[in-house]
Amino acid sequence: MSNPVQGKGSDVLDSQEQVRFETLVLPHLDAAFNLARWLLRSRADAEDAAQEALLRAYRFFYGFHGGDARAWLLQIVRNTCYTWLDKNRKAKDMTEFNEEVHGLPSPSPETLAIAGNDRDRLSEALKALPPRYREVIVLRELEGCSYKEIASITSIPIGTVMSTLSRARRQLQMALGNAAPKEATHGV
Amino acid sequence: MACERADTLVHGYFDNELDALRAAEFESHLEQCSECVAALDALESLRSTINVAQPYEKMSPAFRKKLLADLHVKAATVSFPSRAKTDWRWLAVAAAFLLLIYGGWRVASLNRVDSRETLMASKIVDAHLRSLQPGHLEDVISTDQHTVKPWFDGKVDFAPPVRDFTEQGFPLQGGRLDVVDNRTVAALVYGRRKHVVNVFVWPTSEKDAAPRTGSIQGYQWIDWRKQGMEFYAVSDASAPDLQQLQRLFSN
Repeated sequence: MSNPVQGKGSDVLDSQEQVRFETLVLPHLDAAFNLARWLLRSRADAEDAAQEALLRAYRFFYGFHGGDARAWLLQIVRNTCYTWLDKNRKAKDMTEFNEEVHGLPSPSPETLAIAGNDRDRLSEALKALPPRYREVIVLRELEGCSYKEIASITSIPIGTVMSTLSRARRQLQMALGNAAPKEATHGV
Repeated sequence: MACERADTLVHGYFDNELDALRAAEFESHLEQCSECVAALDALESLRSTINVAQPYEKMSPAFRKKLLADLHVKAATVSFPSRAKTDWRWLAVAAAFLLLIYGGWRVASLNRVDSRETLMASKIVDAHLRSLQPGHLEDVISTDQHTVKPWFDGKVDFAPPVRDFTEQGFPLQGGRLDVVDNRTVAALVYGRRKHVVNVFVWPTSEKDAAPRTGSIQGYQWIDWRKQGMEFYAVSDASAPDLQQLQRLFSN
């Protein structure tokens, strides 16, 4: 898969491409939002990133020559999110840490009431993972991506998807407190 | 003691990513390795924890709607010139056909004109509401009519009459392109105290017309035609305010 965000792109899709875009890309809006939501850990940021990614996808749709549209879109979403994280990290370095700005939004009472503790615990554990681990968990467990798709979305070599997943899952198991004894004693 | 496969291969097996040969090999390994069996169990339980928690986050219906609307406006705005050839021909045929049928059925009645105007006004109010969403109000932000007016050059095929009425209490804030009723229009943005006034302008071949006013969902609109231009001003400011703005434009 070629890098979808190189080159100048096009502001204009002809009507045929427009229909193609709508049939191929738009069904994956939720997938795009979900990935952004977990990478950025905030709904508001995820909305901005999803919007930016979708406009980028629109502009660079001429560069998409068939294949897996979901993986193509998620690759753009991922790049957008990492750029975002990068920018925020720099801004954070320059300003003092401020909980108002940088703190994670806690789940609403309604959400907790509906899902009980399971949802909250998993959410906190997921948020605590490094982004590179979080994204493979989200792609594999939430999105059901194959190793090949994960490789193309994250630019991890296909040969190391399995070991990355292995490390990510172990860390998640430990964060959830239900790691197997061996993993608990050996650490990560 | 530690089995290497419990770290890696068990994941490939669990995820159905091993080819048939390696999967079969791993299965026979499982029969004699309690560590891998435990690792497999742990993976099963992790997956069920995730499934129970349902962490998948969908976008809210309101945001989805906004996203699609943005894309639609963008598509309609930017692809107007390149699509003109193919699409307008069909549109013209369809429009002519519809007109023929419609004209055959009934001659112009006052009723029909009214409903058409109400429809147009509601589209204008929709466009006004859309413009009030964050980041949508202006494409060119300037209080200077000599900045705003040239900005429209090459973006629309007419020259909208951009004028600043700061002294009269309607400061020019900027302009943007919008799409109303399938046509690209110029939208001029004015302030009126705390209110925002959108003035939509596009060329018309119909003769000048005195202002008509109305209100939809609490928004006032005023519509007039002058020197080949159709004007629609819409705002949550008062009706007299809009009439004053209309007079300023007509002077």
